[in-house]
Amino acid sequence: MSAAGELAGLSAAPGTTVRAVNDPFHGDLLEVSMGPHHPSTHGVFRMMVTLDGETVVKLKPVFGYLHRNHEKLGENTTYLGSMPYTDRLDYLNSMTNNWAYALAVEKLSGQPVPERAEYLRIILAELTRLLNHTCLAGFLLQDTGCSGTPLMYAFREREHILDLFEALSGSRMMCNYQRFGGCRVDPTPGWLAAAARLVDGYGRFLDEYEALITGNEILMARTQGVGVLQPDLAVNAGATGPMLRACGVDYDLRKVDGYGFYPRFEFRVPLGDHGDTYDRYMIRVLEMRESIRILQQALRDLPAGPIIDAKAKNRGLRPKAGEAYGRIEGPKGEIGFYLISDGGPNPYRYRVRPPSFINLTVLEDMCLGQTVADAVVILGSVDIVLGEVDR
Amino acid sequence: MLGSGLLQGLAVTAKNLAGSFHDPARYVTTEYPEQRTKLPENYRNFPFLVHDDPADPNGTLRCVACQICEKECPPQCIYIVMERDEKGKALRRPKVFDLDISVCISCQICVEVCPFDAIKMDQEYEIATRNRFGGLLLHREDLSKSNAYYHQIHPTEAAGVDAALAEQKAKQAAAKAAKAAPAPKAAATTATPATAATAQDSAISPAPAAPPPASAPDTPANPAPANPPPDA
Repeated sequence: MSAAGELAGLSAAPGTTVRAVNDPFHGDLLEVSMGPHHPSTHGVFRMMVTLDGETVVKLKPVFGYLHRNHEKLGENTTYLGSMPYTDRLDYLNSMTNNWAYALAVEKLSGQPVPERAEYLRIILAELTRLLNHTCLAGFLLQDTGCSGTPLMYAFREREHILDLFEALSGSRMMCNYQRFGGCRVDPTPGWLAAAARLVDGYGRFLDEYEALITGNEILMARTQGVGVLQPDLAVNAGATGPMLRACGVDYDLRKVDGYGFYPRFEFRVPLGDHGDTYDRYMIRVLEMRESIRILQQALRDLPAGPIIDAKAKNRGLRPKAGEAYGRIEGPKGEIGFYLISDGGPNPYRYRVRPPSFINLTVLEDMCLGQTVADAVVILGSVDIVLGEVDR
Repeated sequence: MLGSGLLQGLAVTAKNLAGSFHDPARYVTTEYPEQRTKLPENYRNFPFLVHDDPADPNGTLRCVACQICEKECPPQCIYIVMERDEKGKALRRPKVFDLDISVCISCQICVEVCPFDAIKMDQEYEIATRNRFGGLLLHREDLSKSNAYYHQIHPTEAAGVDAALAEQKAKQAAAKAAKAAPAPKAAATTATPATAATAQDSAISPAPAAPPPASAPDTPANPAPANPPPDA
């Protein structure tokens, strides 16, 4: 594609401005503001891209358009009152956000969790992982230009998982399901049977999806060798989750921390070789296959019993003064909540460690030297949700 | 062979196209205003207030205006004023119960903390209105819906709640009978928890709060009221 054609296309896009920057040493550079209302930016994210011809020479991410004061709100509501707000951080993964927050509060107040609740948490977290990675595969392909079809196939399957969430918690995306010391609703045998059916059928969907796209030559040409992230940079920048594992760094909190009952489960952690966009796509597909294995084990071994500890305290919780950090391996990376209690009904300090925000910090390093069309694909492979980036 | 991946992908799209005409797993579109999907029983969107007698929807509200939900509501979308008689005595029912559903985040915490099973989640979702100012501010009269309606939308949960309430009533009647026998001041003692509940900052008294959750195995609302009262 010629540089002129590319730029003409950009200037025609709504919400995009193009202006020339004079630089006597390198010829004319173009500074392009992509977003915040650009269809490729996954929400209200903005990239100030400086282009030399078609090549990115500088990229400055701009965010904060969706800032909702989440952390300050958390310091001004009760511990229980923050739980529904955590749904709205990464609104694709409310179950894992709930879990991370519940874990932090349970550490802070020293509340035990019954066995059945731990299993339910794992089941729901892995379903969330399936949901998130399915969505990501759809969005990523949308960004490469496969308009519509893979995204719609992904959304069709995602809706089946959301139906399960709705039947259990009452809401598709804002589940508000976990509680300190357990879970809120006990699934019926019918729900568990439906979940088992979905899990058993999910492998077939993945086979079909991979037949559709994994071996596709155009996808390979667009993503292989594009946006390479070096492992040392990824570690230094604090990247976590599939982003980090795609560079070949073996770091999965499910193995490292062994929180919940994950040590009881048999699963592998897929690792990438090259750290490019194609690896980041493949790592998610492979993680979905491992999630299916975890789900099958969890649904088989789910014990009977209470779903919430008999002494669990949610309303009017006043933990002793102290601090706690609860973290889990969310679908996007390490999602953590840091809480300081001064003994009052509200946390003294409430801080979220958002995985997609921290993974975004290496965006410029991945995009330098790539074309502007590749910058869109690279951003898609980072897997951001602006609700979490901006909080 | 170069291009075989492309052809394989095209085969998948062809299968999906053909399947979308006969296979329910692939034909997933619901044409909404004409067709509707069945809502799951646990589905929730906005709260409503339960009354027991449809002939007197405002007089038989279960709500006693204790304002626990008002205090616990994360976005603070509930506003309650208790009704008082001319002497200023609290009547244990709401004079004003306003709920701004443009603020409500449907989190169900009000349902969980209510010790009287008075507020429950509705399933009505066609609530768009042309009035942007007052149209989404629901008052006591709009919120009051019958127990029969509650049974219709959440059958399992409502059956559990009714059983718990009946048990609680039986227990209270038994306690009353036991107390009435030895001393005539029984009336005064049974009244105490009620007045305590009405007082705003005395967190709800253990007497009415304890029974409902213990015997309602399927209700999602059980964990929170089971807690001991906060020490505030």
